[in-house]
Amino acid sequence: MAANETTHKTFSFDLISPERRVMSTPARAVTVPGEAGEFGVLSGHMALLSDLRPGVVFVEVEGESAPRRIFITGGFADVTPDHCAILAEEAIPVEMLDGAAIDAALNDLAEDLTLARDDASRARIVARIEIERARLNAVQA
Amino acid sequence: MPSLKEYRNRIASVKSTRKITSAMKMVAASKLKKAQGAAEAAQPYARGMAEMMARVAAGVTLGPSSPRLLIGTGSEQRHLLVVMTADRGLCGGFNGNVVRLARQTVRSLQAQGREVKIICAGRKARDLLRRDFGSLIVRSFTDLSGKDGVGFTQAAQISDEVLTRFEDGEFDVCTLVSNRFYGVLKQVPEAARLIPFSLPAANDPASGKDSAGIPVVYDFEPDRETILAALLPRNISTQIYRALLDSAAGEQAARMTAMDNATRNAGDMINRLSIQYNRARQAFITRELIEIISGAEAV
Repeated sequence: MAANETTHKTFSFDLISPERRVMSTPARAVTVPGEAGEFGVLSGHMALLSDLRPGVVFVEVEGESAPRRIFITGGFADVTPDHCAILAEEAIPVEMLDGAAIDAALNDLAEDLTLARDDASRARIVARIEIERARLNAVQA
Repeated sequence: MPSLKEYRNRIASVKSTRKITSAMKMVAASKLKKAQGAAEAAQPYARGMAEMMARVAAGVTLGPSSPRLLIGTGSEQRHLLVVMTADRGLCGGFNGNVVRLARQTVRSLQAQGREVKIICAGRKARDLLRRDFGSLIVRSFTDLSGKDGVGFTQAAQISDEVLTRFEDGEFDVCTLVSNRFYGVLKQVPEAARLIPFSLPAANDPASGKDSAGIPVVYDFEPDRETILAALLPRNISTQIYRALLDSAAGEQAARMTAMDNATRNAGDMINRLSIQYNRARQAFITRELIEIISGAEAV
């Protein structure tokens, strides 16, 4: 399949959090923060299961000029040629993130890190700090 | 025989009880609707998770290096029971049934010489199990369903606790005891094993089909094993979340049924008391008449 044939086709896209289906729409293109780096999904993408890291999902919806930006705290992407589903534990539109609250959370976590006793709890806190950092990047970008 | 005034007071008190139970039934009905909505909204994620597990599992061969969440620790000696109930009572046998199953499970495990620990999710689990197994309870979660119902955060809290303890090597097997919601009139307490998790039977090795029904061969990024290792803990929180939602809906359904019965019983009682009251009043009138007549005759 030639690339220019597929670029304008749409495919169905679902963004699902444990509590509800956050988004379900035909999309032209989706950019996903994969564990091994960002990747774009167009119609006709090969079947792929990927681990996702915290970051922003860009969804280009047919008929909208700017892509929708949604922050996820990590999850999984299930891609087939005509469908893309993202399972994310938390999914928030970037516009709804609150920079000040994230700063406060980061400060709290930094404090927790100094208090953490064993390696296991330290690793957990570091993971949460990474999520908050990604959140902050999403707001500032 | 009680006096007329006592009857009147009894009737008034049963009437106000009936008012309360019928109000509780109405509240439970509306909360049930909300809880069912939440359970339905959580379906796509649970399904997506199950599908993904099936796809990943299809090509995984279990070996000694497989995730321990899947193959276990090689022992079945130490058990962790997560017992999930409601925070409140007045919902028929809802809490009692779960706790009874939990008690049986603990006793039979202990009879086999196993070590048992308990995590309570829900105030009633803690209150009811504390007397018999107080020393086994390692952690209790209460107030799990706030004003907006159960959220995934609560499920994540519980699964974090379970996973941390598993990583620390505190137990070998984890079982979740909770009510399954089969319908408004049917909630059944069930025990489900969370760790080690048994993968869904991979009957479709091609794992997944596209819209035309053609099997799709998946690529894995970074690789199958890594994804499996990342999926397993999330699958546990998904299972717990589903159980929490089921339990929340079941609680309201059970309360609705219980309050419906209570309202009906109160109605019956009022009828019975009214009849007794009327009889007593009639007897009182008759007696007064007799007294007046015999008084008049005596003059």
